[in-house]
Amino acid sequence: MALGHSSAAWNGQALSRDGGQLAAFDPRLKLLLAAAFALAVVLVEGSALKAFFVVVGLSLCVAARIPRAKLLRRIAALEGFMVMMVILLPFTVPGPTLFTVGGLHASWTGLFQGIDILLTATAVVCGLMALVGSLPANVLGQTLASLGVPERLVALLMLTVRYLDVVGGEYRRMRNSMRARAFVAGTNRHTWRSVGHLVGMGLLRSIDRAERVTDAMRCRGFDGRYPILYPFRWQPRDSLAATAAMLALTGVVMWSML
Amino acid sequence: MHVVDGVLSAPVLLAGAGATLAGTAVGLRALDHRNLPVTGVLSATFFVASLIHVPIGPSSVHLVLSGLLGLLLGWLAFPAVLVAAALQAVFFGYGGLFVLGVNVANVALPAVLLAAALRPWIWREGPVGTACAFTLGAGSVLATSLLVALSLALSGEAFWLPAKLTVVSHLPVALIEGFLCVGALALVRRVRPGFLAEVWQP
Repeated sequence: MALGHSSAAWNGQALSRDGGQLAAFDPRLKLLLAAAFALAVVLVEGSALKAFFVVVGLSLCVAARIPRAKLLRRIAALEGFMVMMVILLPFTVPGPTLFTVGGLHASWTGLFQGIDILLTATAVVCGLMALVGSLPANVLGQTLASLGVPERLVALLMLTVRYLDVVGGEYRRMRNSMRARAFVAGTNRHTWRSVGHLVGMGLLRSIDRAERVTDAMRCRGFDGRYPILYPFRWQPRDSLAATAAMLALTGVVMWSML
Repeated sequence: MHVVDGVLSAPVLLAGAGATLAGTAVGLRALDHRNLPVTGVLSATFFVASLIHVPIGPSSVHLVLSGLLGLLLGWLAFPAVLVAAALQAVFFGYGGLFVLGVNVANVALPAVLLAAALRPWIWREGPVGTACAFTLGAGSVLATSLLVALSLALSGEAFWLPAKLTVVSHLPVALIEGFLCVGALALVRRVRPGFLAEVWQP
């Protein structure tokens, strides 16, 4: 998948999908645990414990069978300016000297603060991808709805996921036809105008498509929400996992604050 | 322009979450079963657009197009950006969980407000319309980078330098977005005259 969002692909209403060892648990449990895990990561103090949470997050990703290449690509997805910030922090935070470059004073405090930010961000993202990213998008929608997220917002989420691949395919077709006419992107006004035209055409086609979609959906009695065909069933093992995870997370957070 | 978890201070996170909640509530009130599909398809379109890269010298930048989103969807842009940002965080690892509110507000708020301010003049023929289109594209990216810088700066003195660099590094992006917006709206005007100005209702 050229656009790389295949894990977000629409899986219809079928609940069967290989989610590794985590697949057996109730999606509601996974979503709430992802939030609790993220909260624990943010609250915990000290680089060692944050690093421990990164290891936990990575293990969860392995257990959820997130493909390794995808996982690494996503961890590396910290955007340029976040990385830049971590590099700059030693110079902007006062503290004991780490080294000095041409009169600039780098501090240990800043270095550790930067490392903490990187560890926090990585652990949260790993937890999110393992526990929530392993859910098919329609299950994610159903989970959010059953946890009280407004139904229209959930329907919007499911429609967006549904049309990602369709719109992506349309974009690739238009981009290919530009390439067939020998268009080469560069840093110039011609490129910006041409890509602008591409965007404008994409928008018009999307609006036309949405009109057909609306008609077809109303034909089938769509009233703003998706029917739920497979209600979730909370099992004893979900209660067990929830209790164990909450005790462990609370324990680690309390211990770090002592 | 996604901020990750572990950087911003609690008051900034709360303010961002509050702004996003309010904006989404306004947007959801306008969302019904008739305009749900078009909002979803447009939200997907902008998601795909954010994966398009335009070269800039030896490097490249990805499109944001938040200005166009605000122009087409109005307050519906808030739920659309929220959905896109949540999907990006969960499936791509961009951003985080607690910063979601800040990230959404930083992108959606300037887009919605700027589009509302420029809407009366943007469909005019000639230089006025072109200037408005450029302002919409460039201005919303610039305002977003300013809000990102503000979120960073309010979170601690150590982030002042990164905050300034964020704004400077987004100046070329804003310029490109401005030209793109002019191109996109010029095409829409030529292919479907009067459609977005008169017929279109999100």
